[in-house]
Amino acid sequence: MLRTPSRRTFVKGLGAATTLAGLGLWRPLAQAADGRDLAGQHFELSVGQSAVNITGRPRTALSVNNSLPGPVLRWREGDTVSLRVRNHLDQATSIHWHGILLPANMDGVPGLSFAGIEPGGSYLYQFTLRQSGTYWYHSHSGLQEQAGVYGAIVIEPREAEAHRYQRDHVLLFSDWSDQPPEQLLATLKKQSDAFNYHKRTLGDFIDDVADNGWRATVAERMGWASMRMSPTDLADISAATYTYLLNGQPPDGNFTCLFQPGETVRLRLINASAMTYFDFRIPGLKLTVIAADGLPVTPVSVDELRIAVAETYDVLVTVGNLPAYTLYAQSMDRSGYARGTLARASGLQAPVPQPDPRPVLSMADMGHGAMAGMDHSNMAGMDHSAMPAMQQHPASETDNPLVDMQTMAPQPNLADPGIGLRGNGRRVLTYADLRSPYPDPDGREPSRDIELHLTGHMERFAWSFDGVKFSDAAPLRLTYGERVRITLVNDTMMTHPIHLHGMWSDLEDEHGRFQVRKHTVDIPPGSRRSYRVTADALGRWAYHCHLLYHMETGMFREVRVDE
Amino acid sequence: MNEPNNRRIITGVALLALLASERVLAAGMQHMDHGAMPMDHRQMNHATPPAQQPRTPLPMLSDADRHAAFAPLPGHQVHDRALNWAVIVDQLEYQHVDNGSALNWNASAWVGGDIDRLWLRSEGEREQGQTHKAELQALWGHAISPWWELVGGLRQDFKPASGQAWAAFGIQGTPLYGVELEATAYAGERQQSALRLEAAYAMLLTNRWILEPTLEANFFGRNDGGREQGTGLADSEVGLRLRYEISRGFAPYLGVSFNRLHGNRADQAREDGEDTGQTRLVAGIRLRF
Repeated sequence: MLRTPSRRTFVKGLGAATTLAGLGLWRPLAQAADGRDLAGQHFELSVGQSAVNITGRPRTALSVNNSLPGPVLRWREGDTVSLRVRNHLDQATSIHWHGILLPANMDGVPGLSFAGIEPGGSYLYQFTLRQSGTYWYHSHSGLQEQAGVYGAIVIEPREAEAHRYQRDHVLLFSDWSDQPPEQLLATLKKQSDAFNYHKRTLGDFIDDVADNGWRATVAERMGWASMRMSPTDLADISAATYTYLLNGQPPDGNFTCLFQPGETVRLRLINASAMTYFDFRIPGLKLTVIAADGLPVTPVSVDELRIAVAETYDVLVTVGNLPAYTLYAQSMDRSGYARGTLARASGLQAPVPQPDPRPVLSMADMGHGAMAGMDHSNMAGMDHSAMPAMQQHPASETDNPLVDMQTMAPQPNLADPGIGLRGNGRRVLTYADLRSPYPDPDGREPSRDIELHLTGHMERFAWSFDGVKFSDAAPLRLTYGERVRITLVNDTMMTHPIHLHGMWSDLEDEHGRFQVRKHTVDIPPGSRRSYRVTADALGRWAYHCHLLYHMETGMFREVRVDE
Repeated sequence: MNEPNNRRIITGVALLALLASERVLAAGMQHMDHGAMPMDHRQMNHATPPAQQPRTPLPMLSDADRHAAFAPLPGHQVHDRALNWAVIVDQLEYQHVDNGSALNWNASAWVGGDIDRLWLRSEGEREQGQTHKAELQALWGHAISPWWELVGGLRQDFKPASGQAWAAFGIQGTPLYGVELEATAYAGERQQSALRLEAAYAMLLTNRWILEPTLEANFFGRNDGGREQGTGLADSEVGLRLRYEISRGFAPYLGVSFNRLHGNRADQAREDGEDTGQTRLVAGIRLRF
């Protein structure tokens, strides 16, 4: 297996280092800051500041080992790894190993797993690897993840894999802003639509009247106006401030990985973004998805896949005879893209597609079926028995000023490629395609059902479960060893990647049968999805939306597993 | 005790422990104390034990596991109780009047959480270098529904005349997407009462060119000519401003404002030889911090 070191964005001026040296906080980095992959069982990691220049303007990133993203950590299943993480920042930090099974005090969530790492301090993480595959790590302190504290983890399996491939590349996608993350959050709080420059305009209204008639257009506009929402609201933060990165490189940086014709290449896709979903494809090549969230799935061949924030996918591509292929990841809101090249030699390029047409949400996307915005006087003639059951909602959502909508008839929508990907002429991966190649690893029926609703208020930019923000919520309590079903109902217009720390999320199909084991489950608007959890990890665990600013404004719960 | 007895006891305890641990595993859950049998049923808070054991065996917990899992920690912190704020200067403009010019402002600011916020509102006008109207309101705002907020507090007029203090109570919110509405009732000094209605709608010509019609109307309970107050509908401003958002926080604009006096207030103005209606061309900047 050949390994090509990933190119990254490196320290340029290091003014920050000088400042830190002046304060006596700077210590020499334990690892050379050349962005090489780190392999073995003992790792020295430093969280610090790095001068970067991603957009043409010098900025200070937060980084791991002076590299953005941090080094790829290469581990081996069964090994006990130890990682000393030092903090060179002037604020507390932490590293969370996303998707890794480990003791609670190694999980890296300040206040739940440990006290965090104080400035100048360090923490020794140590755990035995009980899994293999593609994962990632990131800071779980404040908004540091957005500023650059993230990197890839590749765990080599103990036993040889069935798949044959000649090359193995990590493709880590992320979103970068020249504005500090605190400023992005403050802006969302002041004006939640500040980053959306693609709202519908008077011109769109006139076009729609021309296409659909005055009556239908006004009815449709009034439906949205009375919900006080914009159907163009696909992403809270867009390329208006973000530059989308592939392994730390902006599109112009053209991150390149190499191949020889006829080779099969394994690509390990990781979405380390704070807020951005990507739709990934390689024009001209099929993607054979062989793993999701680190774990093997029954191989499925697709043209394109949507990768939610915090998910990982492993794909195999068998490269053809062209000199170069574009690695293309457009943001879900179509405001921009991350891009790189799979090339026979460095410097080669292939055409870069334009982003697809920007989709507009429909009432059906929100789980309102054809009901909202409808002329209710016509309902008398409808066959009500054919309508799906109306969704019930927790009492805490009633009269709650921070719950701005409730879905009416959500569906699992597992076979739905998602907004902007339907009928695009390409075979797009859906959750229905993801199947673990093994039966339910637990096998028991869930002993109880826990239903949680994803809630929020777009305009006040406040997010929650069941209308209760993290700071006001009691922990969700599980008993060690029990198998429970968690059903998530999306009562918002945004899609939310929900991540449970410490334990797997075993996604169920529409009939409640085990389908695929994951660590992050995407819940699009208008959907209701369920998964099973075996509470096989004692302790206090984070459970949250992995959109950073949703998590930070309250879409977070503590899950406490007691004996 | 002799040795065989000891062995028997140890074997017995071990067997009991093994049986108990199997029961626990079969139940697939639960705390148990190996030293104190039978089991503590208060811990069995889930009535229906699953029928079988998990295919993947659960790890047996050690004291080290328990210690690692529950260190004394204060809990995680996020920003969901943070204090936020915004300043919105909707109008800061030069107005062209027939016989001169005026400077007009209308601004608001808030600081607080997601439900409760302190609001400040200010509006006023300077003509020919003199502040002609100026007021400041400090209101507590409390969200009562996703789209409506009750406000209550104080308003101080500095001009016209020697000013006036008011108690204020009202509602503000979003009746439809893009529409902002404020309705505030005031009880003032000298038994005056007043009502102000304000509405604005942001119409997107493009995502940066935004046409904003606005309406403001003031009603009073009594005549007070010295303070330019007349019973009933006293004055109204209908505005239309076209702004270009260079950024979300900085947008120059041009527009027109139709200012009208009505009823008793119009009579007062006629007596003073003033216009009862003016059409003003305006140019200004809208700011958001």
